[in-house]
Amino acid sequence: MTLTCIMLALLFAGGSAWRAENHWQGSAKWLALIALALLATVFAVFVMSASNDFAQLQVLSRVSWIESFNIEYSIALDQLSIVLITLTWLLAIICVLVSWYEIQSNVGFYYFNLLLTIAGIIGVFVAVDMFLFFFFWEVMLLPMTAIIAIWGHENRQFAALKFFIFTQVSSLLMLVAIIGTGYFHLMQTGQLSFYYPDWLLLDIPLSISQYLMFGFFIAFAVKLPSVPVHSWLPDAHTQAPTAGSVLLAGVLLKTGAYGLIRFVIFLFPQASLQFAPIAATLAVVSIVYGAKMAFAQQDFKRLVAYSSISHMGFVMLALFAFNSTAYQGAIVTLVAHGLSSAALFSLAGMIYQRIHSRNLTDMGGFWQSAPRMGGFALAFAGAAFGLPGLANFIGEFFSLVGAFQVMPAFTIIAALGLIGSAIYGMVLFQTSFQGAAKQDIIDLQLRELLICGSLLLMLLAIGLYPTLLLKFSFGV
Amino acid sequence: MTSIPLFHVLILSSLLFVIGFIGVVARKNTLFMLMSLEVMLNAVGVAFIGAGSVWQQADGQVMFILILTLAAAEVAVGLALLIRMQKKYRSLDIDALNQMKG
Amino acid sequence: MNVLLASLPFYPFVSFLLLIFFGKRLSWRLAATISVSSMAISALVSAILLFELSVTKNQVMTANLWHWFELSYAMGSSDVNVRFYLDGLSAVMISVVTGVGFLIHLFAAIYMKSDVNFSRFMAYMNLFIVAMLILVLADNLVLLYLGWEGVGLCSFLLIGFWYQEQSNVLAARKAFIVTRIGDTSMAIGLLLLFNSFGQLNIEAVTLLAEQANSLSAGTNAESADNIYWIALLLLGGAVGKSAQLPLQTWLPDAMAGPTPVSALIHAATMVTAGVYLIARMHGIFLLAPEVMNYVAWLGALTLLLAGIAALAQTDIKRVLAYSTMSQIGYMMLALGAGAWTAGVFHLMTHAFFKALLFLTAGAVIYALHHQQNLFKMGGLLKKLPFESSLFIIGLICLMALPGTSGFFSKEAIIAQLWSSDTAGPMLWWCAILGALLTSIYSCRLFFLGFLGKARFNENVQLKKSSLLRTSLIILALLSLFGGLIPLDLTLVFSSVMNLPLAQLTEPTWLHTVAIITPFIGMVFSWFYFKSYRISHLAGKEHILQPNNGRFVVFCRQGLGFDGLYKKLFIMPYQWLAQINKNDIFDQIIMLNAWYVGLWHDALVLVQNGSLRWYLAAFGLAIMLLLGVSLL
Repeated sequence: MTLTCIMLALLFAGGSAWRAENHWQGSAKWLALIALALLATVFAVFVMSASNDFAQLQVLSRVSWIESFNIEYSIALDQLSIVLITLTWLLAIICVLVSWYEIQSNVGFYYFNLLLTIAGIIGVFVAVDMFLFFFFWEVMLLPMTAIIAIWGHENRQFAALKFFIFTQVSSLLMLVAIIGTGYFHLMQTGQLSFYYPDWLLLDIPLSISQYLMFGFFIAFAVKLPSVPVHSWLPDAHTQAPTAGSVLLAGVLLKTGAYGLIRFVIFLFPQASLQFAPIAATLAVVSIVYGAKMAFAQQDFKRLVAYSSISHMGFVMLALFAFNSTAYQGAIVTLVAHGLSSAALFSLAGMIYQRIHSRNLTDMGGFWQSAPRMGGFALAFAGAAFGLPGLANFIGEFFSLVGAFQVMPAFTIIAALGLIGSAIYGMVLFQTSFQGAAKQDIIDLQLRELLICGSLLLMLLAIGLYPTLLLKFSFGV
Repeated sequence: MTSIPLFHVLILSSLLFVIGFIGVVARKNTLFMLMSLEVMLNAVGVAFIGAGSVWQQADGQVMFILILTLAAAEVAVGLALLIRMQKKYRSLDIDALNQMKG
Repeated sequence: MNVLLASLPFYPFVSFLLLIFFGKRLSWRLAATISVSSMAISALVSAILLFELSVTKNQVMTANLWHWFELSYAMGSSDVNVRFYLDGLSAVMISVVTGVGFLIHLFAAIYMKSDVNFSRFMAYMNLFIVAMLILVLADNLVLLYLGWEGVGLCSFLLIGFWYQEQSNVLAARKAFIVTRIGDTSMAIGLLLLFNSFGQLNIEAVTLLAEQANSLSAGTNAESADNIYWIALLLLGGAVGKSAQLPLQTWLPDAMAGPTPVSALIHAATMVTAGVYLIARMHGIFLLAPEVMNYVAWLGALTLLLAGIAALAQTDIKRVLAYSTMSQIGYMMLALGAGAWTAGVFHLMTHAFFKALLFLTAGAVIYALHHQQNLFKMGGLLKKLPFESSLFIIGLICLMALPGTSGFFSKEAIIAQLWSSDTAGPMLWWCAILGALLTSIYSCRLFFLGFLGKARFNENVQLKKSSLLRTSLIILALLSLFGGLIPLDLTLVFSSVMNLPLAQLTEPTWLHTVAIITPFIGMVFSWFYFKSYRISHLAGKEHILQPNNGRFVVFCRQGLGFDGLYKKLFIMPYQWLAQINKNDIFDQIIMLNAWYVGLWHDALVLVQNGSLRWYLAAFGLAIMLLLGVSLL
């Protein structure tokens, strides 16, 4: 009940931010910030005070929705979704902070879209009725497309369209898989059902489940993204406004990983096991290819976007290793990448606001005029190339240790990604902050320090004391 | 009074129709196109009259009257558009009106 | 739990934090006091720890800071803690790191005084010490890896300290990426290690490896294979960090950093981390004698290569860089031959005299207004007598003249090579040849820089600071008498003692040859480098020019490795990045869009907006339809 209220409250807050901006200029961002902070607190209190520990999936509410198809409104929480929702709250607040001065037109509508996306994302993480899941999946997509298309950079329409078509086509396959599995439930038990716990009880023969799994897999692989269906990501990330990139890299990609865990691996364990070599190959190719592509980029945000592909490859590799170490590694990588890529995109936004360019060739020597920014850039680039002591290292190390036990050859190639990441990390940091000073820029202001500082602190905390995250068993 | 064979009537009607059609297609001036359109309508009318007299039924003549009214209405609208066109484009060239190009 | 041990890295860390956060607001005096005193405290604490360690019976001290994480594998799980482990070996390392580190900090505080970013410089130096201490104190390989990457990062920051120069930026990048290649090999080694033993704790791994070996006694081929690969992969990491073949190319370029950095990181401490790693993991290496043999050969080849390259250098710092490489080659050779204690001993003495050489070179470079070219020096013996005499001390230690610290350590290594299982006479000759080369390039350096006539016009500028001189004098004393420090690591390397001794008998002339080799080199140089010694030959042109023959230039550039790697790895990677800049996968997917667009264009042609065309098409279609239906 509380969760439903939180989502509705987000919607309401978005709507009122839209209205309020028309009457009092500058009120929308405050409204959004306060609403997010308040609702995040409510969520935290709700989870803390709950009697159970969410080790298993806890169904929180179940109401009939479309009775003729036995579709329900049912939501549930477990530790995995709690971790990801917490990450969503954090990054949502960061998103509002980075858009503070960046968004100048249609401000009210912008915050409406932002809050709607966040509501959709939270819905995705809690829905356990598959139809509802699909509904939220689409809810999350539309306002995001709007954010890219309206407030993005020069090529925004194209990027938004590409993002929309990729996601839409792939989610169509997922819809087919959802209906297929529901229909199979009808065949096996005589009743149509889209309820996830019901599906877990199904015993689907491998010959059918491999196709169903594949439908889900494609949808989530596009979202993750994995080579060869990754190419919406560089465009979308590059063209989106800063908050859009932060949200995309920080949380939206994680819905793909979340889907892989919950609806591919847990739902079709056998089919996934059979599929593992292909998935691992894709993962390894993503890691190496993403790192290589990142090196070739001239655009700050595009470089970070390709590095995301590389990092998500580690997640995929770990997930298809089927052991708890790798699984923990995948979760830590998700959170760590959420924080570090959000940080890098925020930095890109801050630089863009100062020099109105994302091109690395326009940058150089910023360290001289903006040492604080340089320090943060180095730390975040360090996180991206897996510097021990920061969260990403723990994630990657766990992923590799886990994966190595199952598929050493793949893991060794994946480890070569560490070299690639060092190369693009160095290129990113050195071309923008070292070298001769091309121009002087203003150093970080209080608001920006707050953003970077909090992200760095979280990265450090997880890196040095990963037990914070690892204590969750995630119900393997 | 010898009756004209239907075949001849149809030949005349077809000839008139084709002449009208060619006129519509070939002329660029909208006024001439409208006039050619009239020719085509009348060609159809001739065919109806001929057929009516062969079957000894009034339907053909009814249809012709319908066509006449239709033609009158069409010409009224067409000429009105023509005047607008002349005002807007200072020409009656139909090819100037290609705004609907895909 | 030993509080002193646990707190050891925190003194420089606190100083780092203070300098980073308040750096701009601190005066030089305050910033220097903070960073140097933090180092003084750590040096003091290590001295106390050293004393405590010698008193305790079991010769091991530990301090558990916090539980880092727990790794699970098929058979169970093992804890990875942030835990410090101090035994004889790490004690040597911490005393070198904090002791030499303190002296270099003292020197740097004065040397870098006028730099605008002084506090940032000292902050990096402090951070480096933190990372280095974590590296040597780590009780498990993950924590060691943390320190390992940490020193790499600091090295990167300090090489690129003057980042406005593009060449420094590139040198820093090269150093980081080349060492990262080694680090990745090491990381894979860790994965394999964990997979084989389910442990990453160094003690436990050593124990398990020995057990596995004694239990199976060679019958378990897979486990022996694993150990072979683990040792090889760890060697990859060591090779990268210690600038040995084939990952040696970054070290000469790393001289782009300020001179105290070269002294601290690229001579005394960080580059010896590879040696430390192998010594630390000796339990594994002992079980893989083939890899020990590789270690010895890599060391020997590097020491010869670096010696040859050093002969052709014109830059005083690059001579010292190659000499560092070659001396680390000696340490590797010692480790490969199983002369563990000798290798670590040489590590220590080398830290003393190489730090001395670099710092003195820094003082000389400063005095000559940042002139590093040897061919523009000359006659410094008269102009800078204090620095010159210290430099001479450093050089005689480097050449291992009898009585100096270098002599004790190098002789200890050479003495054990001949009869070693994993080395042998061949490598002994390499070592002797290396010693000969060392003495020749040392003499060349000395003749060029300090004898003859001055080949510069400006007046020398001097930093008259008693602190600076004190630090140099202490280092000089350590270099001269450091060989007398009793280094007893038998407890650390106890397992080594069980090895059967080789049957090879040593000829009696071995030691005589080893001792007189440097003198042969000196005599040779005296005549061969006569022109360098007296600046010009009678009747010839006054100006001394470096030999620019093709072979000399080839040697000067590190025997072509840079070019080779550029062709083999860098250019293909860049080429691959360039041709695929638009992402081939994206282009394939965008083919769909192109295809749809094609149809769009075709259909648009039909919609031309011309009424008469529509009509004509209409008529034509009707005729066609009629025709088809009639026929």
